[in-house]
Amino acid sequence: MSSDTDLAGVDAGAGARLSWPRRLKRLSPSLALAWAVVAIVLLWAALPQLFTGYSGTEGVPGEQLQAPSAEHVLGTDGLGRDVYARIVYGARYSLAGAFVAVTVGLLIGTLLGLVAGSRDGWADAVIMRLVDSLLAVPSLLLSLSIIVLLGFGTINVAIAVGAVAVARFARLARSEVMRVRRSEYVEAAFGSGGTFRSVLFRHILPNSLTSVIALAALQFGSAILSISTLGFLGYGAPPPTPEWGLLIAEGRNYLSRAWWLTAAPGFVVVLVVLSADRISKAIQKTAP
Amino acid sequence: MTSLLDIDDLAIAYKTGDHEQRVVHGVSFKVEPGEVVALVGESGSGKTTTAQAVLGLLAANGRVERGAIRLNGTDVSRWSQKRFDAIRGSVVSLIPQDPGSSLNPVRTIGAQLAEVMQIHKRGDRKTIEARVLDLLTRVGLTPAEMRAKQYPHELSGGMKQRVLIAIAVALNPALIVADEPTSALDVTVQRRILDLIDELRRENGTAVLLVTHDLGVAADRADRLVVLQGGRIQEQGPVKEVLASPRSAYTRRLLSDAPSLAKARPERPTPSAVDFAIEVQGLTQDFPVAGGAPFRALDGVSFKVRRGTTHAIVGESGSGKTTAVRSVVGFLKPTAGRIVIDGVDLTTLKGEALRRFRKHIQLVYQNPYGSLDPKQTVQKIIEEPLLNFEPIAAADRARKVRDMMRRVGLPESFLDRHPRALSGGQRQRVAIARALVLDPRVLVLDEAVSALDVTVQAQILALLDELQKALGLTYLFVSHDLAVVQQISDTVSVMHKGRQVDGGPIDKVFVRPDSDYTRELIDAIPGRTMPVLASPAISLQG
Amino acid sequence: MTRYLLGRVGQALVVLAITFTAAFLLLQVLPGDAIMIKFMSPEMALTPAQIAEIRASYGADLPLWQRYLTTVGNFLTGNFGYSIQAGVPVSQQLATNLPPTLLLASLAFVAAVVLTIVLAALSNLTGMGWLRAGLQSLPSLFISVPVFWLGIMLIQVFSFQLGLVSVISPGPVEKLILPVATLAIPISAPLAQILMRNIDEVLTQPFVAVARSKGASRSWVLWKHVARNAVLPTLTIAGVLFGELLAGAVVTEAVYGLSGLGGLTYQAVGNHDTAVLQAIVVISAVAFVTINLIVDLLYPVLDPRLGRKVAAT
Repeated sequence: MSSDTDLAGVDAGAGARLSWPRRLKRLSPSLALAWAVVAIVLLWAALPQLFTGYSGTEGVPGEQLQAPSAEHVLGTDGLGRDVYARIVYGARYSLAGAFVAVTVGLLIGTLLGLVAGSRDGWADAVIMRLVDSLLAVPSLLLSLSIIVLLGFGTINVAIAVGAVAVARFARLARSEVMRVRRSEYVEAAFGSGGTFRSVLFRHILPNSLTSVIALAALQFGSAILSISTLGFLGYGAPPPTPEWGLLIAEGRNYLSRAWWLTAAPGFVVVLVVLSADRISKAIQKTAP
Repeated sequence: MTSLLDIDDLAIAYKTGDHEQRVVHGVSFKVEPGEVVALVGESGSGKTTTAQAVLGLLAANGRVERGAIRLNGTDVSRWSQKRFDAIRGSVVSLIPQDPGSSLNPVRTIGAQLAEVMQIHKRGDRKTIEARVLDLLTRVGLTPAEMRAKQYPHELSGGMKQRVLIAIAVALNPALIVADEPTSALDVTVQRRILDLIDELRRENGTAVLLVTHDLGVAADRADRLVVLQGGRIQEQGPVKEVLASPRSAYTRRLLSDAPSLAKARPERPTPSAVDFAIEVQGLTQDFPVAGGAPFRALDGVSFKVRRGTTHAIVGESGSGKTTAVRSVVGFLKPTAGRIVIDGVDLTTLKGEALRRFRKHIQLVYQNPYGSLDPKQTVQKIIEEPLLNFEPIAAADRARKVRDMMRRVGLPESFLDRHPRALSGGQRQRVAIARALVLDPRVLVLDEAVSALDVTVQAQILALLDELQKALGLTYLFVSHDLAVVQQISDTVSVMHKGRQVDGGPIDKVFVRPDSDYTRELIDAIPGRTMPVLASPAISLQG
Repeated sequence: MTRYLLGRVGQALVVLAITFTAAFLLLQVLPGDAIMIKFMSPEMALTPAQIAEIRASYGADLPLWQRYLTTVGNFLTGNFGYSIQAGVPVSQQLATNLPPTLLLASLAFVAAVVLTIVLAALSNLTGMGWLRAGLQSLPSLFISVPVFWLGIMLIQVFSFQLGLVSVISPGPVEKLILPVATLAIPISAPLAQILMRNIDEVLTQPFVAVARSKGASRSWVLWKHVARNAVLPTLTIAGVLFGELLAGAVVTEAVYGLSGLGGLTYQAVGNHDTAVLQAIVVISAVAFVTINLIVDLLYPVLDPRLGRKVAAT
């Protein structure tokens, strides 16, 4: 039995696996709130009818532009549609779009970054110059260029936003792979007879993954922002789709009379993006 | 008479999350004017925390729970930072641990030296400028005019420490806290820096609180010794008394574990084998330099190691010892020379042949924090090398891993742990287990015990010795520490600036060195004034 | 040094060439033909021969590589082609629309930098824990707010609720207050995040403890030791920030109905006026690459560790 006296590296709690109830206890209130927001919005997207009795697209005649009340918690719009119902039904457009965008960015970007980071020489140079070129164009202009190519619509907007994320994932994945590659434990793995493949799967991928997942969470938030921006500019789904950016754009016409039309969907966007940001930070903290 | 520094029943705690952990438990000692008191302990002993508290520089989550820190009779332990600002630099000053990062990289050293006088408003610009040049000259940084305009990155580690010493003595403080002032420096530089601190404090009658893990340094430089363990004082008293007749078991153990040249060399059996496990001939390694002649890191190094013995490569930073290791284990292709391991010339191998050959020669790194994958469990770490060669049944693998755990003295319950839940010594045991699981013939140990506390170091050295006897291993042991080398090695190569300046059996090289450099290196080792305990006080388990 | 310089400039040129080619393929070749969209419509009632003539006049009938080379030549000489929709040279459109956008963007940039410094300084000098925590979480909030929505909310609050800023015929300065605020807040977010993180990192450096041990106060340490070390790395996001600024300006102009690059871009996307879009994309890429090049070349001068030789000459 060892009787080492050096305590420097020992973190008493860190080694033991935590049970779920203990983990929940350790969850900070802000992180718990962030997860709750994401969970609710996901449920909105999956089962909107559980959350509201009103339709997301059909208005009630005679109930136009009502201020928030017990009946319409977030008021109604110019066509008598319940604003809360429209936000609930709109969740699926924003979330599905963000999901497609992050998937596109994650798959293509991470693959490019992995290849660039693992191979020196020309492959790295070519990929990184391509990525630099993607980054050289402001993200909004890049998305707009792709929308011009693909046409308007929810999925096209999502792909356009995903193209922006490709460069960010590629950059991160490459730098993570290079960081891990330089580490002594990777050298040690080669030193004990490891092949490139085995080292990639045993060490490089597991150690790079946390940061990539953290970026995915962050990009999920920023994709929702970008999609709502493009929706606001009118490049996304056409009215009467209750996409969040479009809701804000429509509410603009009633700025002086009905503040709730723009304020409510905007707050929801801010909350969701903020939650994604918080979750991303929490994931990043667990990175090696 | 009041003492200059009177620490009385001091307790300090750090707050992590919502619980407080006490790291200093009621420590009391005094420093008289002009005296050198050494605070000695291993990591986690609370020595640095105590020193920080004297300067009022505890980390934000640290708190003095009880007790007093009296400077000239005034308790400063609960002073606000603002009040502390007035005495820091002028009454108490600091010589920090790591000169490399202790100077602001974007300001000149002249400006950083002048700053301490500007803060305390000692004279106008002209006076301060003149004083800066005086001080730089005094600490041996000449020509001072040129040095003052240089940035930290343009100076060597030893020179940076001289700048920091100049800052510490600039205002003639009554007390200097020297926190491991030479741990980051080479041994020959360490000696000159400690000499400089000695001279300056004698000139000015300054007291020094010397924080160190190195009993040898404390023995050579201090008047009194305070031995700390786990935040408690084990014993204190005049250096000679404590070292000659230690009263606490812990001090005795420290003394017996601390490697020292003065100690008798443990008896090493004469090897029965007559063949050589490692033969290095004319090893030369050049590195390309952008737009210039290549840099020669290794220049014609040759040595042979008999099977079952230990050969040490000794040198300071920049000596080429790390390059030599990387060539011998096949991570670098040498520019010239042969490396024959068990009759096979490593330099002729490449690709799959080289990969297969790695089985025979394994490396243990210096830093057990960086060389183990933080995502793997101990079980996965140790079994990984087995997966790289001929497939072995899972049950056999598990058995082999458990064998290794037993061999390196780790309990089986550690198998599911991650490296972060292990101490430095335990991690190094895991690293050794990983290296041995392939049954290599040669084990290369690159400063493998340098990052460890002396008591842990002694345990790992004992383990290595035991493994060598049991498995007939050949070691290539790289170290900057001659005392450790003398203890474990049979033969040695002394490296200096890429060349081998001395080589041969330990007894010969350490007693009658061929080169001036080796002599200087041996003379610089601290601890010659340290008495030698007759026998290890307690027996240690592997 | 010269080698590094040439290499770095070469790299920048390669990036620009790729961007230009990609923009050309993406905007001129792949999408529907802008000329067709405008002139094929039934109201125009043009014969196929007439359309072919128009196409020839725009050079659209030439083979791809010829069109590519002509476009490269034209861009190099400052000729960005014709806007098919407006029927005027793109360079002329840019000349009228660029200045107001640049004004808006530079004002917002200055405001963002001021806001960032105030946030960073306050959060590091305050002794109150809650205020520090609050200030440090502001950038995360700022970064999560959609620019267009922020603009609308500012109008809502300051114009409609408080009546502080007039919406109908505002003065030239009054007109810019809300747009500048709208743009500055989200731009300050990444700046403040990076600056605050750098400050925290620098504060853990041993040289800060050494400065404290000299008797330096908290604010002395912050200004004399931390500031420069923390600000230097923020320079590296200058290029990205420029892109964000430009994109933000486009959206802000759309919200406030200001004329400028935003309106031009908006119309170009709606009308598939790809020549305009390509010019905007290429010009912003040139600006981005140039800014990054300047930062890279300037960095060794500002950081003594990287280029004593450069600083001396």
